Order: sequence, then C-alpha cells, then structure tokens
Amino acid sequence: MKMNRRDFVKAAGAATAVGLVGFPHIALAEAKKVVVVGGGTGGGTAAKYIKRLDSSIDVTIVEPNPEYYTCYFSNEVIGGERDLDSIKVGYDGLKGHGIHFVQDSATGIDGDKKVVKTAGGQELPFDRCIVAPGVELMYEKVDGYSEEASHELPHAWKAGPQTTLLRKQLEEMKDGGTFVIVAPPNPFRCPPGPYERASLVANYMKHHKPKSKVLILDAKQKFSKQGLFTQAWEKFYGYGTPESMIEWRPAPDGKVVRVDVGSKTLVYGELEEEMKADVINIIPPQRAGTVAQVSNLVDDSGWCPVNQKTFESKQVPGVHVIGDACIAGKMPKSGYAANSQGKVCAAAVVAMLNEGEVGVPSYVNTCYSIPAPGWGISVAAVYKLGADGNIVGVKGAGGLTPMDAPDWAHKREVEYAYSWYKNIVDDIFM
Amino acid sequence: MAKQAIKLSLLSGAAALSLSATPFAADAPAPALISGASARMLSETCAGCHGTDGASGGPATPSIGGVNGEYFIELMKGYKNDEVYGTIMNRIAKGYSDEEISLMGTFFAGKKFKPAKQKIDEGLVKTGLKLHDKYCEKCHSEGGKILEEEEYYILAGQWTPYLKNAVDDFREGRREIPKKMKNNLDKLVKKEGDAGLDALYAYYASEQ
Repeated sequence: MKMNRRDFVKAAGAATAVGLVGFPHIALAEAKKVVVVGGGTGGGTAAKYIKRLDSSIDVTIVEPNPEYYTCYFSNEVIGGERDLDSIKVGYDGLKGHGIHFVQDSATGIDGDKKVVKTAGGQELPFDRCIVAPGVELMYEKVDGYSEEASHELPHAWKAGPQTTLLRKQLEEMKDGGTFVIVAPPNPFRCPPGPYERASLVANYMKHHKPKSKVLILDAKQKFSKQGLFTQAWEKFYGYGTPESMIEWRPAPDGKVVRVDVGSKTLVYGELEEEMKADVINIIPPQRAGTVAQVSNLVDDSGWCPVNQKTFESKQVPGVHVIGDACIAGKMPKSGYAANSQGKVCAAAVVAMLNEGEVGVPSYVNTCYSIPAPGWGISVAAVYKLGADGNIVGVKGAGGLTPMDAPDWAHKREVEYAYSWYKNIVDDIFM
Repeated sequence: MAKQAIKLSLLSGAAALSLSATPFAADAPAPALISGASARMLSETCAGCHGTDGASGGPATPSIGGVNGEYFIELMKGYKNDEVYGTIMNRIAKGYSDEEISLMGTFFAGKKFKPAKQKIDEGLVKTGLKLHDKYCEKCHSEGGKILEEEEYYILAGQWTPYLKNAVDDFREGRREIPKKMKNNLDKLVKKEGDAGLDALYAYYASEQ
C-alpha cells in the first residue's frame, strides 16, 4: 500500500509508545541532499537530527577542523581547572549516524546553482543547505588589532589553540600583573562569557597570584547576569572594596579606542587614557561567519535574517542559517540556542524535503555560568514563535537564578552545569 | 491520588494551531504566540540537560527517558506551580501549558530508560538492598524499577546526585513528602544514620 508522505510527516511528529518512526527508505531516483556548513554546535545538531528524522537523506558536513573544541567550558581551561583535551570532541559519533564529512573550508554558497564551494575546489550540490558558520571576529574594529596580533593578544573567542595561548600567558604573568579583558559591544557570541572569564581568572589569581588584578574594559554599560556576577565578585573577589581583584569599567570610560600590540598599551575612554597591561585579552566586535558574508546571507547588521520558523534565509531561498550567525528574535547567541535552533531547522528541512507540513516550533535556552568553583548561576528561557514571525520568550517563564539563592543551590547549579555540558556535547556529537 | 488518563487524542503531530494571547503592559498588544508543537518538538529541547531521548549522562540531571508519564506530569506541574523546589526547573516548567506537559510526559514515557553508569561502593550494596526491602519496597516496588501496571518512581539506575538532592528536598520540606515515606525515611535515618542513605544509593546505582 502506498504510504502518503504527508501522513508520514504527521506520524513522525507524534509521540507514540513504540517510540519514533523515521521515514521509510523509499527507493526513488536519488536521495535528497543536505549540506551543512560548519561542524560546530549548530551544524552538528542539525546534521544529527536530520538523520534521526529521515536517515534516507544524504547529509554532508563541511568543516575544516578534524575535531571541535567547545567554547563553552573553555573559561575553565583558561582559569586552570581543566585541560584543553577535556573540551575536545571528535567527529566519529556523527559519522556513525551516516553523516559524511568534507574536511575543507566552505568559501561560498551559491543559492542559484545550489552548490557549496570549498577552498579545496569542490562544488557540493544540495537540495537544501544549512549554514552554521559561527561568528567572524572583526579585528580591525579595534584600532591597532588584527588577526596577526591575536597571536600576541589572544581573543580566545574560538576555542582551541587560542585558549591554550591565553592560559599560558596567564600562567607566565608575574604576580601583581594586570589581566585586561576588552569586552565587545552587542550582539556577540556568548553574552556572559567575558564576565565568567574574568571571574575564573580572578579565582586563579586568588590562589596563585594574589597581588594581581583583572580589569574589564567594556564597550557596553551593562552585561548578562550582571546582578549575579556582581554578587559573586563581592563574595569571592572583594569587589566593591579597595582590594577588589576585579574592576569593571563600562563605556564610555571603558571603551577601548586603540591598542598598541608591541608595547601592550591600551588607549580608552573619552579622554583617551593610556595604560599598559601584562596580559590583554581582546574580544573584538563580531558579525556572522565569513562564508555568510560572501554568500549574500547577511543584511546591513552583519547578521543573517531568517524565517524564524524554519531558519530559511530571507535572502537566499533553499539556504538555512542557524546558531550565532542568524537573527533569531529574542534567542541569545549561545550554545544551547544553536542546539535548539539546529533541531527546529532539521525538522523543517526534513518536512520541506519530503513536501510535508512544517510543524510548530518550540525552542529553549539554558545558560550556566560558574563565577567561582562550587558557585553556579543560570539563565533560562522557553520560547515560542510569535504570530509576527519573531521568536519571543514565554511570559512568566524563564529568568535568572534568584539573588537570594542559598549556597547549596549554587552548588547544585554547578552539578547541573556539568550535567548540561556532558549531555549537550553528546546530544550534538554522539 | 487519582490517576489521570493521558489524553491520547492530543498526540497527533498536526495538532490544531492555537493562538494564545500574551497581554503586555504597553500600548500595542504583543503578538500572539503560536502553540501546537508536537510532543517530539517540545521534548527534544530538553536533551541539552537531560540527554538525547532523556538518557542523561549525568552527573546530576536525572534520566527522564522511561519515566512514568503520570509522575512526569505531576512533577512538572509541581515545578510550574512552585510546589516542588527546583534550581532551574520551575523557570522552565512555567514555559509550558498543561497540554504541552502532557505531550512531553507521553514522549518520555515512551523512551527507553538507560541506567546510569556510576562508580559505587560495592560493600554497601547488600546493606542497601536490605534497607530498601525494609523501608522502601512497599511503595517503590521491585527495587524502584519501571513497573507495568502502576505508577512508578525510578530509583534503580538513576543518578545518585539527583536522588540525593531529591531526598534532601523531601526531608527539608521543599517538596511534599507522602506521610508513609516520611515515616519510613525518618525511621531509616534514625536507625542507620546518613550511612543508611548512602547504602540505599549504592544499591540503586548498582541496579542495571
């Protein structure tokens, strides 16, 4: 009996006691092809979840690196609590789902020819393309900074060798030194990241270099989880006292105007004050990953406008964008968000390829930060699509760790942060 | 406690689109939010903390794949109404309607429970079994495993840190404890101390 594809889409969406029924492998002309650009948090999730829904779809990930280092938890590497290897994950798990890998850089996506072009000269045809390129660091927006300079003044905003470099610089810094973090303007990848980094660097200093200081020079005037970070800094690092290990300088005073790499000098504020520092961590302003820039996927903001139900680009039909690179309503640029969007996008792509109905989406973000060992904080949100096409948080839900949470609750949050890390990495890559 | 039949009629993947208005204290009313996501769509968002298909790799977030559907719904509603303590689950549960919670309950109930792989103190397991039989078996039949015909609460193979946190919450009154459970827990701790609880945890962790 011929099974109507539309019915199968409905069936696959329903929860049944026997578990999920994938699409049958119906022998047709050629399997539908999906090319995923980027084997990171968003790309890995999308690829795997497509296979879970319809294993007959041919899925290829284009990724230049042979393994992935998670940005999340990289602050613990910088702070010295774990080593880089512990945040490394390989691609055997995804390969085990039948996903093909092309170890190469995607240089462009041609929406008309429906091919992904690679640096190695390949042209990978697709029926649908999912682009998850992460962010591009706009080095030159910080006067005096460049990609080359990042080998001396690391950004460590893409985990891997940069993480190791920054950690090494911190280890080699003299006691009494100053570690400066130049925090970027909105929007950028991982809003609480710079502040968790400051916290864990301060924690390291507290135990190993107690005369040292962390200075955050911020292009902004407020930041993610600010109340909770401030509370933790007061509790653990003397914030608010003359002995504070952390100083946060908001814009306009804290806005970095220029950096001189050679002399490790920063010029900042409206009066253009100068200071020298021992370690300078510059997190430059960001925009969607380079391949999105050159493929007509971005708008004037530098980020990718998409249909927030399917993540299909508003500018290039047939090409979807997820993760940090896309504009996803109220969702932050976080790992959990990329993972959440990857699933919604995968479901939409499978439905579209099988000419079925795209179901109603549901999204979540949960973001843990660990300002001190044994002290965790979190922000959570559940999202729905609004009738106007924008993703918004469900009112009355979500929010931050309460300011009066007891110590044991903060300890649990660390346990849950570690659980989140284990589970999300497995969910994406295994 | 009266048991509610899961609304199987809600399981259709193409659930009717329902718009729920979310009033806003501003001039223009906020756009209505679109409901009607399938059980799978709703539930797969949980994997980031609870593992793919609810099989948690731990150490502290519980495995929810294979959970008793009715218990799941009861607990999620408890989080939603702030009757059950949670560090983060209250904030998350409030994001879902009762209907959506029901859908998720059925989804996870249909998944396979994967016992946690944990290091245990083998020496405590025998004692733990004895204590379980004496104080817990009446309500947590068959060693706290999945049961066929009745409401069950998975203890066997669940993550120990999760069970510890739950027991702490019960003992400290952060969630409602059935009278019989309170009596048995009190008796156990009075006689065996916290070491008794450790033995129980070792036993449950040993059950694969």
